[in-house]
Amino acid sequence: MAKITLSNLRHSYYPNPKTADDFALKQIDLDWQDGGAYALLGPSGCGKSTLLNIISGLLIPSEGKVLFDNKDVTNLPPDQRNIAQVFQFPVIYDTMTVYDNLAFPLRNRGVNEAKIGERVLEIAGMLEVTDMLQTRASGLSPDNKQKISMGRALVRDDVNVVMFDEPLTVIDPHLKWKLRSKLKELHQRVRATMIYVTHDQTEALTFADQVVVMQMGEIVQIGTPVELFERPNHTFVGHFIGSPGMNVLPCEIREGRAFFNGVDVPLEGEIRGKDLANTEIGIRPEFISLGPKGIEAKVRKVSDIGRHSIVEVDVAGSKIAVVVEDEPPNLGDTVFLIFQQDQTRLYSEGWLATRNGGAS
Amino acid sequence: MKKQNNRAWFFVLPVLVLVAFNALIPMMTVVNYSVQETFGNNLFFWQGLDWFEKLLRSDRFHASLGRQFLFTGSILAIEVPLGIIIALSMPSKGFWVPVCLVTMALPMLIPWNVVGAMWNIFTLPDIGLLGYFLNHTLGIHYDMTQNPLAAWATIIVMDVWHWTSLVVLLSYAGLVSIPDAYYQAAKIDGASNWAVFRFIQLPKMKNVLTIAILLRFMDSFNIYTEPFVLTGGGPGNSTTLLSIDLVKIALGQFDLGPAAAMSLIYFVITLLVSWLFYTLMTKDDQK
Repeated sequence: MAKITLSNLRHSYYPNPKTADDFALKQIDLDWQDGGAYALLGPSGCGKSTLLNIISGLLIPSEGKVLFDNKDVTNLPPDQRNIAQVFQFPVIYDTMTVYDNLAFPLRNRGVNEAKIGERVLEIAGMLEVTDMLQTRASGLSPDNKQKISMGRALVRDDVNVVMFDEPLTVIDPHLKWKLRSKLKELHQRVRATMIYVTHDQTEALTFADQVVVMQMGEIVQIGTPVELFERPNHTFVGHFIGSPGMNVLPCEIREGRAFFNGVDVPLEGEIRGKDLANTEIGIRPEFISLGPKGIEAKVRKVSDIGRHSIVEVDVAGSKIAVVVEDEPPNLGDTVFLIFQQDQTRLYSEGWLATRNGGAS
Repeated sequence: MKKQNNRAWFFVLPVLVLVAFNALIPMMTVVNYSVQETFGNNLFFWQGLDWFEKLLRSDRFHASLGRQFLFTGSILAIEVPLGIIIALSMPSKGFWVPVCLVTMALPMLIPWNVVGAMWNIFTLPDIGLLGYFLNHTLGIHYDMTQNPLAAWATIIVMDVWHWTSLVVLLSYAGLVSIPDAYYQAAKIDGASNWAVFRFIQLPKMKNVLTIAILLRFMDSFNIYTEPFVLTGGGPGNSTTLLSIDLVKIALGQFDLGPAAAMSLIYFVITLLVSWLFYTLMTKDDQK
């Protein structure tokens, strides 16, 4: 096990990258603490798989270094880095039994059979596959196959990091939940550093202690699930996390105050930074309520999603989603929006531009 | 109970007619010949199973059947491993893929009798490129019209040249269908190149290889044109394979009865071996 450091990492799939857009990874500096459970979250094509493959050694970065416990491993092939990886599609060795599949990484490293047997049984127990150890792996269901893939990643007890590349993509929804909690449990038992790549916020938020959100080859925010939800550092994180995502509304700044559609909107704290541009107000649908007075809006759409309703309203062409706990208004009604002040933030060029606490 | 509408059977009729005309009826005429004796003039005499019994005891049949198995066995033993090795060394993407594929497919596009004629001329001791080179440059005595060993070597090399591509193309199709993740996982698991071949590539190629071996078995077991044009079964009877022998009996000696009996036995052997092989190869999958 080790601390993993990525320093000045850049990667391009082109031989001679010129503009910033040629880079799949623009500039990554990141430390992964030993034993942590991390999620790497971002939409398809944001560079998260590239980053993962660089850590595992399947890709050599164009620039920058990968350090395991301060030892440079940038140019080492995967088998010399002592890492483990679980792929999107289950990789199993069809002709082998489940036991042989789990034993394979150990046998390749010349571990003696007694130790192998012990490890395989232990891992099989954790994954609840003990009863299928002697069956051929090719006949298993997809979720069991993926369990075996995970088992092969966890069977070595000395790995530096275990990486999961969207491992639940091919799993049926009702089994996804089971495997996800299994993974969380496994992390608590083996205490290995784990990095979980996904574009699914639920998977990321349930698995990880720390979530790294990526967009267009850059890291936008690193934080606990609660931090990401409550104080998104960037409007992208606001959009991406939460369902529906954060409302982002264009606004004007006059004398240190934000005006949305001509109405003065109190922010959570004072505005920082001088060169504000493309300013926007960000507020989550959960923190808007309907009241007797406030910002006037028209109801455009009401979706009942069970415990509460999501009401989509229109204010001078801007769509705003509001979570309503009790009886929702009717279509076409005029309502008044109240923004919870400590959850109302300002963004400039997409980045957070208010200080926390203390009304202005 | 629901009343069944049996008119759907009419849909099967066209296929039935087709199969009848291209397989069942010709085959039944062969069955008909095989139990009779004729001296021409469309006169037939009932013979029972005599021809089958005689044929199965005949040394001539044993010899050509033996040669046939030797030939098929040799070419399979060469073409299958060679085909796999070539497929493994072909690039998986880029400019050279189509170049390799087309080059590989070329021999298969040549008509069979042309292949025989090409190799005949190619190996002529005095004017053929290969024949001249072996005899006059390397000083090896090589003449496939005189020497049985040379004749055998030539038909085997010819078949390998003509048909290895089939194994290559099928194996290659099997190889490119393996997702990259398998190779990456194997790398991370610390697998050796041999282990990658043994546990990933070979199992993934198994289905296409089964088909390749089956096709090569059937084609080579029934081979006629190429060796006939190349050696005509000679020198002596040394390269008289089953089909060549069969044609000699049927059209050379005009023994329709024995030839028909031989055709049927020939057919049954081909069918039996193919069935056995296929059943054994796919047995595991049904578990």
